Amino acid sequence: MATASSVIVKPARRGATLSQQRMIAGFLFVLPAVLFTLAMFIFPLIMTGWMSLHNWPLLGQATFLGLQNYVDMMNDRQFWASLWFTTQYTLLVTPPIFILAFVLALLVNTALRGVGVFRTIYFIPVVIGLGTSSLLWVWLLNDRVGIINGILLDLNLIQRPIIWLVDKNLAMFAIIVSIVWKTVGFSMILLLAGMQAIPDELYQAAEVDGASYWQRLTHIMMPLLRSTFALALVLSVIGSYLAFDQFYIMTRGGPQNQTITAVYWIFNNSFTYYKLGYGAALSIVLLVILGVLSIIQLRVLRDETTY
Amino acid sequence: METTLEGVTIHSPGSRIRRRAGLIAWYAIAIILAALFLFPIFWSTLTSVKPPAEASAAPPTYLPSSITFDNYIKLNKYGAGIARYIFNSASVALITVFGTIVLSTLAGYGFSRFHFPAKNVLFIMVLAALMIPFQSILTPLFLLMSMVKLQNTLIGLALVYITFQLPFGVFMMRNTFDTVPREIEEAALLDGASTWQMLTRVMLVLVRPGIITVAVYAFLNAWNEFLAALIIMTQEANFTLPIMLTSVRSGYYGAIDWGALQAGITVTILPCIILFLLLQRYYMQGLMGGAVKG
Repeated sequence: MATASSVIVKPARRGATLSQQRMIAGFLFVLPAVLFTLAMFIFPLIMTGWMSLHNWPLLGQATFLGLQNYVDMMNDRQFWASLWFTTQYTLLVTPPIFILAFVLALLVNTALRGVGVFRTIYFIPVVIGLGTSSLLWVWLLNDRVGIINGILLDLNLIQRPIIWLVDKNLAMFAIIVSIVWKTVGFSMILLLAGMQAIPDELYQAAEVDGASYWQRLTHIMMPLLRSTFALALVLSVIGSYLAFDQFYIMTRGGPQNQTITAVYWIFNNSFTYYKLGYGAALSIVLLVILGVLSIIQLRVLRDETTY
Repeated sequence: METTLEGVTIHSPGSRIRRRAGLIAWYAIAIILAALFLFPIFWSTLTSVKPPAEASAAPPTYLPSSITFDNYIKLNKYGAGIARYIFNSASVALITVFGTIVLSTLAGYGFSRFHFPAKNVLFIMVLAALMIPFQSILTPLFLLMSMVKLQNTLIGLALVYITFQLPFGVFMMRNTFDTVPREIEEAALLDGASTWQMLTRVMLVLVRPGIITVAVYAFLNAWNEFLAALIIMTQEANFTLPIMLTSVRSGYYGAIDWGALQAGITVTILPCIILFLLLQRYYMQGLMGGAVKG
């Protein structure tokens, strides 16, 4: 019996140390990423909250203010104007991206020869930088050297060049066109992946039943794409709400600060006026708004999917 | 009479013509759209090799009278010279790629194959950054970088970018390790491989597609990023390409050199497009990996 028990115990004890070793090994493997996240993400996040309670100049001593920054925000006209402008921009830019992305996805959802080339081409603007593409569009839209005015003039569609980026509404329109060009491929690919996940048998069955193309689209594809729509919508709305590069480069926030977005206003406070505490308070508010936005969107779209 | 429904539709002459017309229409629309999508990039690249006078002509001219690289030579006169800015952007991007790969692969392996206390909490913590926009922590990151004297350095900017890339990288690598069958590990264990050898000799080869995907995203995002670079880099010599381009756009004494700007834009976007064309498969895998998660 003694030999038998020692035979049983020995591997068990060895097993325990092995699993302990594996536990330590696993922890060590994730440790660098965890420490990095703590130092560069969690700590700055907590610090944003802490700074938001202070008057925090770039140089010199920070002084504790309590919630004064948040009170100041209520009376900050530009803060409200920026939030409203960002909301307007998000509401205006989302539908064209979605409609065009859906149409493009329908177009390239086929096995025709060469379709891969077209998918790639429509996607290419996604991989270039937003800052760089904004500069590109500043030039395309320029009233003197820009090709867009050049073509419109040559076609006699306009009599004199349009100065796109100096008027708030024209600038909004021009920026939306540039952003649709830059980002529509991304939503297209998401929708295409959703479309390709729908089994062909469903369409074939409907076709046998005499359903038209339009009926198959609205009764089979669109309902089944709901979760894909939800994902693409959340990503697109959050991306639009964080808009900065295109306005910083294309309008510089003008005319008269009319195109200052929420992130732009944070940037101005933190890095132009060096009111770092106030910038931090604005960041916290933006975080809350985005959190609420994505929860609402996911709720709404998820509820509908459950029928 | 025995022909199937599909057979009947294909063989009726009317529908063959309709099918033909449909095909032609499809290609016509697809090609016109492709031309519209490519036009801004094509036009910028074409303008960059026009003679400078034609590149800045108002109203714009269409085809160049000759092909020159004068705009690139003029571009090189801005700031510290274009070579310096390419070096800055490439260094930041490559450090970001290296750091992201190392941290993500180690963490992905750990999260996929090992059990340890608080594993799920740590995993969620690392991934939390996916849900919190980096724009909201830029102010303290800027201070942090100043404190450790890394503000205005290529390493400092790369560290910020690694932070932004880490959640996606860890998520991607954890999933990639999850797809490797456990039998492979068990066989290697029986052969007496240590945990570290397992990772470096056995697993690394198997998870290479995931690593390439993470690397492509890290490179493109670091190369293209604008706002953090604008904040972290305050000295012209340390600018990355997108920031440097805004100073080309500001021009000397307010006069914008449009030809030089197009040369700069071409230099900035061409590497991205080439990289994407070469590694498209990996890029799309990353997109789908992220999509499935959502």
